Amino acid sequence: MTDASMDNAAEGARRTISLYADDDLTRKRNAAEKRFQAYGIAAIAAGLFFLIVLLVSIVGSGVGAFQQTFITVPVYLDEAKLDKNGNRDVEDIKKVSTFGYNPLIEQAVFDKVTENGIATPLAKRGDMKALLSASAAAQVRDTVIANPDLIGQTVEFRILASSRVDGYLKGRVKREDVERDKNIDAEHLDLVDAFVASGVIQKQFNVDFILGADASESRPEQAGIGVAMLGSFFMMIVVLLLSLPIGVAASIYLEEFAPQNRWTDMIEVNISNLAAVPSIVFGILGLAVFIQFAHLPQSAPLVGGLVLTLMTLPTIIISTRASLKAVPPSIRDAALGVGASKMQAVFHHVLPLAMPGILTGTIIGLAQALGETAPLLLIGMVGYIATNYPGGIAEGFLSPNSAMPAQIYEWAKRADPAYYERAWGGIIILLVFLLTMNIIAIILRRRFERRW
Amino acid sequence: MYDTPNTERDVDQKEIKIEARGVQVFYGTTHAIKDVDVDIEDKTVTAFIGPSGCGKSTFLRCLNRMNDTIDICRVEGKIEIDGDDIYDKRVDPVQLRAKVGMVFQKPNPFPKSIYDNIAYGPRIHGLAKTKADLDEIVEKSLRRGAIWDEVKDRLHAPGTGLSGGQQQRLCIARAVATEPEVLLMDEPCSALDPIATAQVEELIDELRENYSVVIVTHSMQQAARVSQKTAFFHLGNLVEFGETGKIFTNPEDSRTESYITGRIG
Repeated sequence: MTDASMDNAAEGARRTISLYADDDLTRKRNAAEKRFQAYGIAAIAAGLFFLIVLLVSIVGSGVGAFQQTFITVPVYLDEAKLDKNGNRDVEDIKKVSTFGYNPLIEQAVFDKVTENGIATPLAKRGDMKALLSASAAAQVRDTVIANPDLIGQTVEFRILASSRVDGYLKGRVKREDVERDKNIDAEHLDLVDAFVASGVIQKQFNVDFILGADASESRPEQAGIGVAMLGSFFMMIVVLLLSLPIGVAASIYLEEFAPQNRWTDMIEVNISNLAAVPSIVFGILGLAVFIQFAHLPQSAPLVGGLVLTLMTLPTIIISTRASLKAVPPSIRDAALGVGASKMQAVFHHVLPLAMPGILTGTIIGLAQALGETAPLLLIGMVGYIATNYPGGIAEGFLSPNSAMPAQIYEWAKRADPAYYERAWGGIIILLVFLLTMNIIAIILRRRFERRW
Repeated sequence: MYDTPNTERDVDQKEIKIEARGVQVFYGTTHAIKDVDVDIEDKTVTAFIGPSGCGKSTFLRCLNRMNDTIDICRVEGKIEIDGDDIYDKRVDPVQLRAKVGMVFQKPNPFPKSIYDNIAYGPRIHGLAKTKADLDEIVEKSLRRGAIWDEVKDRLHAPGTGLSGGQQQRLCIARAVATEPEVLLMDEPCSALDPIATAQVEELIDELRENYSVVIVTHSMQQAARVSQKTAFFHLGNLVEFGETGKIFTNPEDSRTESYITGRIG
């Protein structure tokens, strides 16, 4: 039937078609192709647009966290108040709490008011308190305890301004808002303006945000991500040391040695499933197994690392198996053909060729683990935990700590709007880490890539 | 060598290197090799010919137990090399493969230097005590592979950078570096151009002095050119086995004749 009609068409309507004019079918095809390309370009453009919006908003909101407002004042370290016995004994000096230092600092700031001839209704020394961070006294006290000889001298200190002052300089705290704010009022802001004009108050780069420890809810100006960074670092070490060897060994066994039967099929399916299990499930597993059953310390990077190892393993196994599979079988044949054992063939020839893929998979798995928050919530690596740097390697693994994403979550959760900015700042740091890891992955892949 | 008429090719009675009796190979439920008996002589080139899928490569791979790497493959029967059953439980296939070298269809040098390609086998078998020994083995093997002159100045260049024919000769050199007694070649020239093919064929003829060579080939001309003995496989059966000259000029079985004259295949 079709044959017949085709014959008719061929006989009856054989007309010469110019190659310059598209026939209907060609036009339709070309239009479809153009449409498809347009969809693709539109999709990519939309993706790029959102990426740019994301980056701009992250950087815009977070870059402020890298700057902090400081008050630079010379503080007279009064011997009568700080060291009554006058013998510079550290134990005696330690007896003076931060309350003993506050008046000295406030006086120092107050002196600046008179020194610069600023007219302000704030006529008391105690009025200066609102300008200062609650950490100021501790900062001065620590310096004095570290160096008791300073007592009796006038020493210049760079003291953190309170978060309201900081917010005012960064535009976060507005004049119209301070009426409802019990921490600061319009007179203080006038004074801040005057101090900025005379250079007593300045915004400066804040190293402590990157390297410092978290601070309590009431002093956001002091909070830093450094200790959480260390927590992440120790976790990543645990993850790398466990998941790389275990994952690679498991994949080599499954890919090269294991017989193909129902058991290995089942294991394979389950590994793929594990990769899709929500991370919080691994968190509660870690809570049950590592903390409640094995009694490992709570909130410790060791436990966090173990949980993240469980989460990273499927990723590493899947990518390692894929790269082992990609090594041509002729290489295995060649090795076996010259009398290498199976293990020699794998370790001398297959594994080196699969290395770039394995490393890439590992780094991507690590990056994933670095950004993971949910499982950490369940094992207690979140909240205001770490106040100080761990005292050593062992303590780094075992003492309570947080991790970068958990720290960011914690900051975003806190009430003070000053923490909002720090959360974004933390995200910038986290993204820098992730980006660095991805770049390392690309470099490794480029470097080790070999053709066969 | 190409001009020598097949019938005049000298075939002395030599000692038998490999003796296969009643070999059956199954891939799962597929019966790939059916009851094959064959004697492969020492210092002789034996060619396996036959249409695609007739089992000649499968049988070749039985001779050094490369089929062990395939889970579903099962071999029955007896294959003896110098009187030792290679499928005996006591035989370590790794040791066997050092004794029975193999060259594959596609040149497959390791993605390493030419030197390391050759040195790998001797290294893992502990054939060289010193660096000088190893250098000597590498040179000797490359000379045997008839590629020494082409690569002696760039031993540390990657083996994958050579041309196809050179790569295949490198693979042959790699196979002889472990001092095997038998050399199995699975269509060694199918990926090569005619000039490289001629070089490899010449090399195979030279190798006959020292080794027992078994070659699987699709090209009947090649079988006629390089081999002294030919085995014709069809549908898993060994149809005919005998002196090459006889198989090509006066086959006994009608199937052999049909294949040789191009009616089946």
